[in-house]
Amino acid sequence: MDLTAQRVTLTGGDGAGAEAKPRLADRIDAWLPKIVLAPTFVCALVFIYGYILWTAVLSVTPSRMLPKYEFAGLVQYEALFANERWWLALKNLALFGGTFVLVCLAVGLLLAILLDQKIRGEGFIRSIYLYPMALSFIVTGTAWRWILNPELGIERLLHDWGFENARFDWLIDPEMSIYTVVVAAVWQSSGFVMALFLAGLRGIDDSIIKAAQVDGASMPTIYRRIIIPSLRPVFFSSFMILTHIAVKSFDLVMALTNGGPGFASDVPATFMYSFAFTRNQIGLGAASAMMMLMIVVAVIVPFMYSELRRPRHG
Amino acid sequence: MKIHTGIVRSCLIAAFGAGLTVATGAQAAELEVLHWWTAGGEAKSAAELKKILESKGHKWKDFAVAGGGGENAMTVLKSRVVSGNPPAAAQIKGPSIGEWGAEGVLSNLDAVAKAGGWDGLLPPVVAKVMKHDGHYVAVPVNVHRVNWMWVNPEVFKKAGAEIPKTWDEFPVAAEKIQKAGFVPVAHGGQPWQDFTVFESIALGVGGTDFYRKALVELDQATLKGPAMEKVFTTFASVRKYVDKDSSNRVWNQATGMIINGKAAMQFMGDWAKGEFSSAGKVPGKDYVCVAAPGSAEAFTFNIDSLVMFEQSSGDVRKGQQDLANAVMSPAFQEVFNLNKGSIPARMNMNLDKFDDCAKLSARDFEAASKRGTLVPSIAHQMAVSAATAGAMQDVVTQFFNSPSMKPKDAVEKLARAALTK
Repeated sequence: MDLTAQRVTLTGGDGAGAEAKPRLADRIDAWLPKIVLAPTFVCALVFIYGYILWTAVLSVTPSRMLPKYEFAGLVQYEALFANERWWLALKNLALFGGTFVLVCLAVGLLLAILLDQKIRGEGFIRSIYLYPMALSFIVTGTAWRWILNPELGIERLLHDWGFENARFDWLIDPEMSIYTVVVAAVWQSSGFVMALFLAGLRGIDDSIIKAAQVDGASMPTIYRRIIIPSLRPVFFSSFMILTHIAVKSFDLVMALTNGGPGFASDVPATFMYSFAFTRNQIGLGAASAMMMLMIVVAVIVPFMYSELRRPRHG
Repeated sequence: MKIHTGIVRSCLIAAFGAGLTVATGAQAAELEVLHWWTAGGEAKSAAELKKILESKGHKWKDFAVAGGGGENAMTVLKSRVVSGNPPAAAQIKGPSIGEWGAEGVLSNLDAVAKAGGWDGLLPPVVAKVMKHDGHYVAVPVNVHRVNWMWVNPEVFKKAGAEIPKTWDEFPVAAEKIQKAGFVPVAHGGQPWQDFTVFESIALGVGGTDFYRKALVELDQATLKGPAMEKVFTTFASVRKYVDKDSSNRVWNQATGMIINGKAAMQFMGDWAKGEFSSAGKVPGKDYVCVAAPGSAEAFTFNIDSLVMFEQSSGDVRKGQQDLANAVMSPAFQEVFNLNKGSIPARMNMNLDKFDDCAKLSARDFEAASKRGTLVPSIAHQMAVSAATAGAMQDVVTQFFNSPSMKPKDAVEKLARAALTK
C-alpha cells in the first residue's frame, strides 16, 4: 500500500494529462491482491469455519444416521461424557500427546546440537534424520506394526539371538499399546524438529558466543544460558506443530494398532470416526469433534497469547 | 445448510459427471446400484446380476465403493441421499434398513413381493428384517451362517483330540492341541472378530432363547443373569488358546492358519469358505465345517440385502421392480451364492451344485426356521442398531483384551451398554 501511495503523489506531480491511465493501474494494483486471495479466503471460510459451524450445529441435534436439524440441547455432550471409551481416548491423548511432544523436542534438540558441532558429512546425516518425514503416517504405522509385532519383529529377533526370555510385546499389551504410537510418531517427527532447531542454531549470532567464551563461560553453560533460551521461538513453533499433529493423529493409530487391542489405544480422532461414520451416531461424533477443537484451543490459545505478547527483541 | 447442499451437489456432479442424470427420455432405465461386492467371487456375483438386468433391457450403472466392510460405501450413500440424489438401489442390511426406512427415503416393494409370493419363500424371521413398518423395502441376496467352526481334521488327529461338540468338551480338546504344539484357536484380535466368537459362545452356552432375549431383545434381567456370567467365563477361557500374535490379524490370515495346519479351529462365518476353496481345499477332506460347540440346532444369520430408494422417474421404478424380481429368482440366487460361499435366501431350492458345507447350512437353515432357533447375528449388525451393537462390542472386546477384568464386571458393563440408544 505504501508503494501505491507514493506512486500517486509522483504521478500527481507529473501533470494532469497523465492522470487517467495510472489511476486505472492503481486501482488494479489495489484490487489485485484481494482478487487473487479471494478464492483461498472463500475456501477457508466455507471449508474450515463453515464446517466447524456445521459440526457445532450437529452436536446439539439428535442426529443419528443422517443430519436432523432439531435442537436437542446438550444430550450428545452428556452421552459423550458418560462414555467410558471417550474418557479412555482422552487419557490416551494426554499420554500420547505429552510424551510425544516432550520426547520429540528433546530428541530433536539433542540431534540438532550434535549436528551443529561442525562435523563431517553433516548434510548427509541431516537428510537421513529428516527422511522419515517424507513418509506418510500410514507407511510408518505399517512398518512399525511389523517391527513391534512379537512374532515377527524385535521380540523374535531377540529370541533368535538367544535371549529366550526377552519380552517386547507392547503392541498387544492394552496398557502399553499407546506407547507404540509414541515410538512410531517420534521416529517420524523428531527429524523435522531437528531441522527446525538446526535452523534456529544457525541463526544465533556467533559474536555472542565468542563474547561468552572470552568471558570464560564453559560450553555447557553457554548452551544452557545463551543458546537454548534464544531458541525460544523455535520451541514455540515446534510445540504448535507437534501439538496439532498429536491431537489430530488418526492415520498412524489406524495403521499401527487400529485402536487396539480392543479399543485400548483409541484416541479422540478414531473415536470420532467410528461413532460418526460406522455407528450412525453423527450427533455424538460431532460433539466429540467439538471437544477436540476445544482441546486444541485450550492448549494453543494461552500459549500463543503469552508468546505473541512478549516484546520482540533483536 | 442450503449452501452446503449446493456444494455437495456440485461436487458430486463434477465427480460423477453425466451419469447422474438418470434415465433420459424413452430409453430403458439406467439403474445405479451401490454395493461393495468388489473382491474376487463377490465381483463375479455382481456381474451376474448385471447380466440378468441387461437381458431385461435395463442399463446397469455400477457404483461400487470398495473397502471397510461397507463403511466407505455408507458414507458415500449418506452424502448422496442428503443431497437428494440417491442411487436406485444400495446394499444395506439388518436394522439399518429400518433406520433408512424411518428417514422416509425407501420405496415400497409390496407389489413385487406379493406377485412373487415372497412371504412363502422367506422364513418369517428373514422377511421381518426385509420390512419396514410391515412393508417390504429390501430384497435378500444371500444367507451367511455365522455360528460355524472351521476345523483342520489333520491337526486334531495329530493331537489325538476329538472335535468338541459342547463348550465343556472344548478345553479338553484345546489343551491336547496346545500340548501337541499347535495353536488351538485361530483368531484375529479385531473387535468384530472378538464379538463373533462371543456370539457363538453365547449361543452354545446359553441356548437360543437366552441368545434372543439377551442379544436381540436386550432384556436387562437376562443380560445381568448368571447365564451371561457363564458366557463370559467361557469366553475368557478361549483367551489362553489364542496365540500371542493375533492382535490386529485379519480374519482371512486366521483362516490361512487353519489351511496350512498351524491352527486347529476358527470361529467364523461361512465367508471363510472362499479362502479354503481358493486354496484348493475340499470340504470334508482337507477341512471340516461344523456348528460352533453347542449350537448345532441353532443358526445365526447374516443376510446381505438390496434396498431400493424412492425415485421420481417411472422408468427407474420399473427397473427397480425388475431388479427385485431378478434378485429373488432361483437362477440368480444360485449363481450369486455359489460364488460367495453363502446359501440362497429363498427356501426349497435345488442345491445340487453346492458343496457339503452349503448343503448342511441350507438344511440347518430350514430346520432352524421351523424350530424357531433362527436368530440374527449381533456381531454382524443384524440384531440391534449400530449404536447399541457398537457399545456392546466395546465391552466384549475390552473384556477379551484385559485378562484382569472379572466376568461379573463385564456382565454389568454389557447390560449398561445395551441401554445405549
